[in-house]
Amino acid sequence: MIAEWIIIIFLAIGVIFNTLGVIGLLRFPDLYTRMHATTKATTFGSVFTTLAVIVYSISLYMSTIDSQFIVLGVHALIAALALAFTNAVSSHAIARAAHRSGVLPSPAVVDRLKEAGR
Amino acid sequence: MIAFILTFFLSLFVYLVLTAGSGNLGLWSASELTAGVVLSLVTAAVARNFLCRARNYRMANPLRFLLIPVYIIGPFFIEVIKANLDVAYRVITMRIRPGIIRVSSDLKSDLGIFMLANSITLTPGTITVDIDEDTHDLYIHNINVGEGDEAKPVIRDHELFSLANLPRWIRRIAE
Amino acid sequence: MIDPFYPAVLVLVILICLCFIRLFLGPTAGDRVIAVDTVNTLTVASLVILGLIYREVIFIDVAIVYALLSFVSTLYIAKYLGGEL
Repeated sequence: MIAEWIIIIFLAIGVIFNTLGVIGLLRFPDLYTRMHATTKATTFGSVFTTLAVIVYSISLYMSTIDSQFIVLGVHALIAALALAFTNAVSSHAIARAAHRSGVLPSPAVVDRLKEAGR
Repeated sequence: MIAFILTFFLSLFVYLVLTAGSGNLGLWSASELTAGVVLSLVTAAVARNFLCRARNYRMANPLRFLLIPVYIIGPFFIEVIKANLDVAYRVITMRIRPGIIRVSSDLKSDLGIFMLANSITLTPGTITVDIDEDTHDLYIHNINVGEGDEAKPVIRDHELFSLANLPRWIRRIAE
Repeated sequence: MIDPFYPAVLVLVILICLCFIRLFLGPTAGDRVIAVDTVNTLTVASLVILGLIYREVIFIDVAIVYALLSFVSTLYIAKYLGGEL
């Protein structure tokens, strides 16, 4: 019974933050601020939906002693780790490539990278 | 040779985690164990020069890499929650003041710079844009530059984090 | 108890469809790459939930491989945009 409420809360957090990330992707004015919304909020939301899956598989293993659900939980944990790790690195790569290809942050109070001439 | 052995054990560990629960010899079946050892030998022979490129074996100490889950669950997760609430506030109200600032850090090793850059990308309203290879300075896009910060040429790394001192944790793990 | 996983997957699929607006509008190529990256992340999340709904571990293995392959493809697109390829 407690596990069901934990699952519902985790799924709600995940879906809400995914929605906020996509709304930020549609609303923000330039590339770098859009990347803030997608990288942070979408990674956080997807990790929380995966945590809900892990909690549900553990509670299923408690009720039916079947090792299939433990395998499912471990693989979901690996998927969450791969997701969180690769999203950060790929957003860094996109930001660096965009700044090199000449896309500057359009509303910006300061740009030290352009002043450094790189 | 040390790089070969480390790569072998890392790939064998990943293979064993992915195939756990397949048989009755411990958790694995005999064919899975044999295939895992052979594939890990092939992987280590091909990729031994990529894992330990700096010839720096300090991370082979178990005390150091067992600190990484503690770091992720403890201070890093608190900062992630705060950063996400901050981004949610800015998505709803559109109250932004973006800019690219320069941050200096004391970290010297490649793993330390890597962990600091990834922590900055996922935590406090900032993403890493570029790294100066010589001086190990980071160029960071901040979504809300604080009042007066745009006049300073260089900002220290621990001024970015407000709740936990993440650069000190990274220094304890990777330096 | 109503199974809460079906409405979660439904919302995630609607969000993927909303990402296509930015993929269509995006003024620069970088915006389109960000939209594709978001679609990949949401696809991995919905694949994991579908794997639990249908009780199939193979869906989650597919999700892991999908995440790693999308990472590699994003890195290559970024290298192409930055002029290093």
